[in-house]
Amino acid sequence: MNRLRRLLIRVMPRKHAEMGAHRKIVLVGQPNCGKSTLFNEVAGYRSVVSNFSGATVEYTRSHVKVGSEIYDLVDLPGTYSLSFLDEAEQEAQKFLLNRKIDVIINVVDASLLSRSLELTLQLTELEIPMVLCLNMMDEAARKGIQIDPKTLSRRLGIPVVATIASKGKGIRDLFETAARTAHEGLKARHIRGHRDVELIIARLSRYLKQNLRKRVSFSTHLLATKLLEQDPFFSDIIEGEDSAVHQTVKHYRKELAQAHGRSSDEVIAAERHSLSMSLFEEAVQIDKPVAHLRDRVDAVLMHPFWGYVFLLSILFLFFNLIFRLGGLAEAPLLAIFDKLVNLITAELGTDTLTGVIVVNAVQGLGGGIAIVLPYLFPFLMGLALLEDIGYLPRVAFLMDGLMHRIGLHGKAVIPAILGYGCNVPAVMATRILDSPRDRFIASFIAAMVPCAARMTIIFGLVGYYLGGNAALALYLINFVVIGLSGRILSRLLPEVTPGMILEMPTYQIPRLKSALMKTWFRMKDFIVIAMPLLVAGSIMLGFIQLWNISDGINRLLVPVTGVLGLPREVGITLIFGVLRKELSMLMLFQALGTQHIDTVLTSGQILVFSVFVIFYIPCVATMGALGRQIGWRGMALIVGFTFVLAMLMGVLTRGAAALIG
Amino acid sequence: MTLDQIEAGRTALVTEIIGGFRIRQRLNCLGLHRGDRIRVKRSGIMGGPILVELNGTEVAIGRGMAKKIVVTLS
Repeated sequence: MNRLRRLLIRVMPRKHAEMGAHRKIVLVGQPNCGKSTLFNEVAGYRSVVSNFSGATVEYTRSHVKVGSEIYDLVDLPGTYSLSFLDEAEQEAQKFLLNRKIDVIINVVDASLLSRSLELTLQLTELEIPMVLCLNMMDEAARKGIQIDPKTLSRRLGIPVVATIASKGKGIRDLFETAARTAHEGLKARHIRGHRDVELIIARLSRYLKQNLRKRVSFSTHLLATKLLEQDPFFSDIIEGEDSAVHQTVKHYRKELAQAHGRSSDEVIAAERHSLSMSLFEEAVQIDKPVAHLRDRVDAVLMHPFWGYVFLLSILFLFFNLIFRLGGLAEAPLLAIFDKLVNLITAELGTDTLTGVIVVNAVQGLGGGIAIVLPYLFPFLMGLALLEDIGYLPRVAFLMDGLMHRIGLHGKAVIPAILGYGCNVPAVMATRILDSPRDRFIASFIAAMVPCAARMTIIFGLVGYYLGGNAALALYLINFVVIGLSGRILSRLLPEVTPGMILEMPTYQIPRLKSALMKTWFRMKDFIVIAMPLLVAGSIMLGFIQLWNISDGINRLLVPVTGVLGLPREVGITLIFGVLRKELSMLMLFQALGTQHIDTVLTSGQILVFSVFVIFYIPCVATMGALGRQIGWRGMALIVGFTFVLAMLMGVLTRGAAALIG
Repeated sequence: MTLDQIEAGRTALVTEIIGGFRIRQRLNCLGLHRGDRIRVKRSGIMGGPILVELNGTEVAIGRGMAKKIVVTLS
């Protein structure tokens, strides 16, 4: 808990510091309600939309002009309730409880109104001016749900606006209404439930108002409700209070439980459920739904046999396409950088200080732009499309059984797949898991998945010199080793995982704009974190060559290269592999002084080198992400483990190669 | 009986959710409450999850979780 809080404190003020003095409009809603689509319609390039819950883990902000006034627009991560169950939800809750907000736009998937109203009811307790946005009205109509916004508006006491964000409908009206509501300060009416429950909440609320030593930034009514609900976060807030306070809370919980014959948290939840159901029944008329394609598509894609056939085919096509597209871009880009390097070398020479810095900086930049980006971009773009279509949750469904064998559940497959592009966003994506133990194991796995950079090694060395089958075999071996490591790790950290609960959203036609934005957003992780390291690493190598200190480093690494049966000169490349994985291959050419590796290394040595480089220590950027996500101790553990594992795998490969000859 | 024992295509009534605040909270959030009527649409192979339809949405529930949802056939 404390670790989570520290993480938040670190993330939030930095992002928040840029916020201006404008009035603040905040978008709040459950995952998949179309909130981010709405945000993108008005905000431009900053946000990420997703058809998979938990995709927006940090909030995004922008400015929006309504009439003549500029507002700060904040898009919070999707949250199902005001009680958080994962980090994304926690971020939303923290923002709502602690920031000054002028108006909330509660975005609701109109086709899921009854469920969504439970969040709406909780939001009204924040006593902040609010507008209810009934989004996806077309989807609701398809399901035969006819909503009367006027009834909802009257009962809740707030404006209700119908929109179809994906078609840009109703958005102007929504923001004008929000602006007006912010100015008028119109707050929602408190909707009353059963008398006895209301009475107990009111009593506890009054008691807290008079007796709390600590000041809370939100209503005591909300605090009372959440305490009766036994929400651990809110219980933490009153942790330091007198024992009398705790006694009182306990007393009211008991009273509530005794009166209803079930625990107090169930009473409160049931109360909220029945309130939203009665609101729903009042405002909605149900007609016959229009038949949806979904069932027929799911019958194939989630089929116990065909589902897996399709999954494999889709992945196969997906990776093939990436290689084709990446290859198309790689060669011409490399040529451009080669020319550039030649030009600079001719101009500055390679023995002057400026010459060394500039040439190596350009080479480093070229490595990132020409070798990694051509593969990373199509990968992320394809993934974004699969995500927006709504396929990823189906993958999670199919993989749940298998993932349980390694002690995780289906949702954890998402970071693993992301890892094939770049480990950094993959480690970040482990936030969608709710137990810290699951996040640890999933981060571990994500860091071991061969990313686009390691892919270039597999294909550039093993594929090129030993053939495509060898490359494929390496992928398979890696897959098995990851599985085994996951299994061992989950045995070492025994804990019953809470199990998967995952919404299967309806399929959507992806919007290019949103897929592009998401791709850009994730590519930024690579460009901002990894590119500078690549350039710096390249410059460092330049100096090492200039000053002739690689010998010393190679000598230090003899214990490693010796055990693996590799030439001593290879040592230095291993250091660079830690900066960026593909550097170890690029540096290998330089360290051995040839582009034709097979003239100096045997096939066995090439294989040993590749296996070692693929398994050992995650790159610096991934280490950074790991440190942020699971703490520095966890990161050190992963570094240590992968090193030992890589040594082991390397020695095994050496042995196998010697046997085969 | 519990949800994991229901075959695909059957409808059931949720009579109890065994577990603490977090589990109930999770299920409530996705629209599954005590007293709700749900339909099992399919169940995954190799101990995979159970796909249920409830209140107009579909939710995949892992088998371990499904064991905590007590239902009666209807």
